Amino acid sequence: MTFVPFESGLILAAVLFLLGLIGVLVRRNIIFMLLSTEIMLNASGLAFVTASARWMQPEGQVMFIFILAMAAAEVSVGLALIMQIYHQFKTLDTDTLNNMKG
Amino acid sequence: MLNLLWLIPALPFLGFLLLAVFGGRMNKTGVAFLGVGSVGISALLTILIGIDFISSPPDGYSFNQTLWVWMNIAGFKPGIAFHLDSLSLIFTFAISFVGFLIHIYSAEFMIDDEGYSRFFAYMNLFVALMITLVLADNFLLLYLGWEGVGLCSYLLIGFWYKEPANVYAANKAFIVTRIGDTSMAIGLFLLVLHFNTLDIQNILQSVSTQWVRGSSLAVLTAFLLLGGALGKSAQLPLQTWLPDAMAGPSPVSALIHAATMVTAGVYLIARTHTLFDFAPIAQNAVATIGALTLLIAGFSALTQTDIKKVLAYSTISQIGYMFLALGVGAWALGIFHFMIHAFFKALLFLAAGAVINALHHEHNMFKMGGLRKELPVVYWTFLIASASLAAFPLITAGFYSKDEIIWYSWASNIGSPWLWLISLIGAFITSVYTFRMVFAIFFGEQKTPVSQKPGKRIKITLIVLAALSVLGGFVELPETMGGFAPFTHFLHHTLPAVALRSEESGIELLFQIITAVLTLAGIYLAYQFYFKNVKFTERFKQTGLSKFLFSGCGFDWLYDRAFMYPAIFFARINRNDFIDNIYTFITWLSTALNGMLIKTQTGRIRWYATVITMGAVITLTIVLVS
Repeated sequence: MTFVPFESGLILAAVLFLLGLIGVLVRRNIIFMLLSTEIMLNASGLAFVTASARWMQPEGQVMFIFILAMAAAEVSVGLALIMQIYHQFKTLDTDTLNNMKG
Repeated sequence: MLNLLWLIPALPFLGFLLLAVFGGRMNKTGVAFLGVGSVGISALLTILIGIDFISSPPDGYSFNQTLWVWMNIAGFKPGIAFHLDSLSLIFTFAISFVGFLIHIYSAEFMIDDEGYSRFFAYMNLFVALMITLVLADNFLLLYLGWEGVGLCSYLLIGFWYKEPANVYAANKAFIVTRIGDTSMAIGLFLLVLHFNTLDIQNILQSVSTQWVRGSSLAVLTAFLLLGGALGKSAQLPLQTWLPDAMAGPSPVSALIHAATMVTAGVYLIARTHTLFDFAPIAQNAVATIGALTLLIAGFSALTQTDIKKVLAYSTISQIGYMFLALGVGAWALGIFHFMIHAFFKALLFLAAGAVINALHHEHNMFKMGGLRKELPVVYWTFLIASASLAAFPLITAGFYSKDEIIWYSWASNIGSPWLWLISLIGAFITSVYTFRMVFAIFFGEQKTPVSQKPGKRIKITLIVLAALSVLGGFVELPETMGGFAPFTHFLHHTLPAVALRSEESGIELLFQIITAVLTLAGIYLAYQFYFKNVKFTERFKQTGLSKFLFSGCGFDWLYDRAFMYPAIFFARINRNDFIDNIYTFITWLSTALNGMLIKTQTGRIRWYATVITMGAVITLTIVLVS
């Protein structure tokens, strides 16, 4: 059984997190922003699991299950909101959806 | 019987409370019954207690009643306590009895007014507080009554508050007297500081044993108390509020001028006579101020056309006589003149009120005239009161009180020929302006038709007061007429007798004749100039002197320029309040910052996310680096 080195696990998590973050920042379509958030969530989950493997402690994995459950809930609510937004504004471009400014 | 003393102020106060709470729901008969009844029982009690007091005088000729201790702070414990002696008995009698008659009169006079119960509530409170003032055993309770009558005068002068002018007059009365009250309060603080008590008898006792006659402390305290007396009694230089106080209903004027309020100053000085005795300069000031006031107010009264203003100036002038009497050490005579003045001045105001009501609220007495036949009762009573005011010789009470004052202003050991001369001129002017008023109102041809005749209650009040204005004088006859003087004998248990200059004793009769002749001359002059030969007076009316006197010798003009205009000027300068600028700046700053923060709320989610990221990065950097 080969252990993935602790550092590479963390680096992968960091890369995934950054990709997600960039996705959130540059994408204008709200569905892709939601997808990018999911990537960020999973990146942090990966970091938890790696850490739990490194110290042989179960808490990290427990935390990941929490994150999964939360992600599922978040996606369901988020998708419902997106449906409503599209229904109301006929667009998914977040830059045009700026009715809440100042 | 003496133990019922507390009921005298308590009953009118109870009347006030009941009227204030339930007055709105009672009908007018009930209100009048309660309002008049409370003062009536109080007056009856005063008479009974007075008889008891005189027939079997308590030890030391004074009676103390402590109801409870008001407060107790480190040994300083003023009580709700009353002190009855000959001085306070006479004041209480005049206040409650004249007040009662005025209440009877008001029950009819105010019947058509919508504020009927409010009126009686205020009047009852006024009487209650004035009695508290004169019966008070300590200065703190006295000060309560003192400020209380100030409040009541404010409420009653501004009784018809829908007219801005009345409210202005009420404010003026309140503020001008407040100047005097402040001075008096400082004087009382001085007394507390030195004696750690406000008990009047204790303080007077301590003053006579511990202080030095003529020391600066005694003079200062006496002057501060005098300041309070000047404000309340409308003496120079604080007399300007009284002529304006005519804005209230006529019974209110009668109550303020005769029984309550303005005589408080006379009472205060008489009560603290020991202090003034120890401050000869202050006592001289009392005499001088009294003399000047009686002269100035008398001249102003000569030119007034409003009947109530003539009476107002005559009140100022007569109180000037009382001050003069107190100032030359004739304490008892000042009080005697107060009592007689209470009778005839109340009568004059009430009769004037009846005249004004009869003529559709006409105040200008030169538009009246010829009312002799139309209103016979008012005419006769007014004539008697006027004769008393003018000190018509031998038959009127005013003669016995005023004549003695004029005599003692010469004969007292601290009197002087100047004071005598001024008071003599004052007496002459008094008879001129008084009979000018009588001729203008009741003689000549009728200029305004009579619309309403006075009813039974008004007539009874007038007749009782007229009887007192005549008979009241016979309790005090001068030396030349037998010297039958139970009144001063009674008062001398509290107040010292006047000290005479030894060499002047035989010429009193001569002085009385001079005064009497001048009074009659004054009446004749009034007849000549204001009844027979009106042309001269018409011409006089155009002169600057007449206008100057009409305005009350320009005191209002002077005070406007000396105090009011500068105050308004500074108020204008500081309209954008300087201190406020600091707070305005703070609000401006927060608004500006708020405007800047609003700009960051773009409504773009990506912008928010970027900022959050930047914040996280910066925080992380700080945590990692440091």
